[in-house]
Amino acid sequence: MSKFRKSDSKELPPISTASLPDIVFMLLFFFMVSTTMREVTLNVKVHLPEATELSKLEKKSLVSYIYVGEPLPKFQKTFGIAPRIQLDDQFANVDDIQDFIIKEREARDEAERPSMITSLKVDENTKMGIVTDIKQELRKAAALHINYSSRKRTER
Amino acid sequence: MAKKTPEVPSASLADIAFMLLIFFLVTTTMDVDSGLERRLPQWSEDTPDQDQEIKERNVFVVLVNRNNDLLVENEYVNVKDLRERAKEFMENPANDENLPEKEPKEIPYFGQVMVTKGVISLRNDLDTRYGTYIAVQNELVGAINDLREDLAKKQFGKSYNDLEKDKQDAIRDVYPSRISEAEPKKK
Repeated sequence: MSKFRKSDSKELPPISTASLPDIVFMLLFFFMVSTTMREVTLNVKVHLPEATELSKLEKKSLVSYIYVGEPLPKFQKTFGIAPRIQLDDQFANVDDIQDFIIKEREARDEAERPSMITSLKVDENTKMGIVTDIKQELRKAAALHINYSSRKRTER
Repeated sequence: MAKKTPEVPSASLADIAFMLLIFFLVTTTMDVDSGLERRLPQWSEDTPDQDQEIKERNVFVVLVNRNNDLLVENEYVNVKDLRERAKEFMENPANDENLPEKEPKEIPYFGQVMVTKGVISLRNDLDTRYGTYIAVQNELVGAINDLREDLAKKQFGKSYNDLEKDKQDAIRDVYPSRISEAEPKKK
């Protein structure tokens, strides 16, 4: 039965690290593909409200975002502390929303346009007046499918 | 004969890849955006003439004032109790006189069902806090979701989200989501 006896060397051979780069690269590619870089720099402070009946925004490419909240401290000198609307990277007025929606729509494929969603990221301390104005503008621009972005409430 | 070019050392390859990997690990955000999904009504130029005679008993009026207080059917209500009230309104199990009427409707999988004619009407003030508004919306949407979930469990023995599309549609027909938002009064 000596056939099956291990060969004489007692010490373990060192583990080959030749495949280490391959493994790491695989992980790297996974993260590179799955990552989404933040597209806009937030100029407003947005603390989202909590809710339980959430639905997920699945196709990120079809979502356009509207941010509303107090300007960050570094902008407060010029813009004050009243809640402002942010579209893309800059502050905007309610009147700009229609143009923004049209621009977003132009950027998408014709086939995808009906399933576009507008996500409203609004600070929970904002007054409803500004939100109502935005909703009216969205209705005028026929962007009727909206999503009030909110955090999942942890059950108590 | 030219000298053989020495082999590029690949020992540091792993380190470089690790560095990149760590960079992406740190910067990546995997969170999925989620929120309350709603559909806005179509824009119409003319002033809303919604007085198409909806009977008083068919409307569930929710008012939110500037101090974030809730007035439901003319009484103060806490946000916590709103879901139960809305469910009771939409379901009307005992065919109460003051709760909404029902009309028979033919629905696949269910046959003849009495479907409520109730409408939830939500009106807020211009100074209402957005957080309160979302909390109220959440309870109203939650009430309807709860009713659908219960019906799905009773009829099909499965959660609403696990049902096939046509069964979901049928349940949606039994409990339609009729939440209408009135424009806040202008000052």
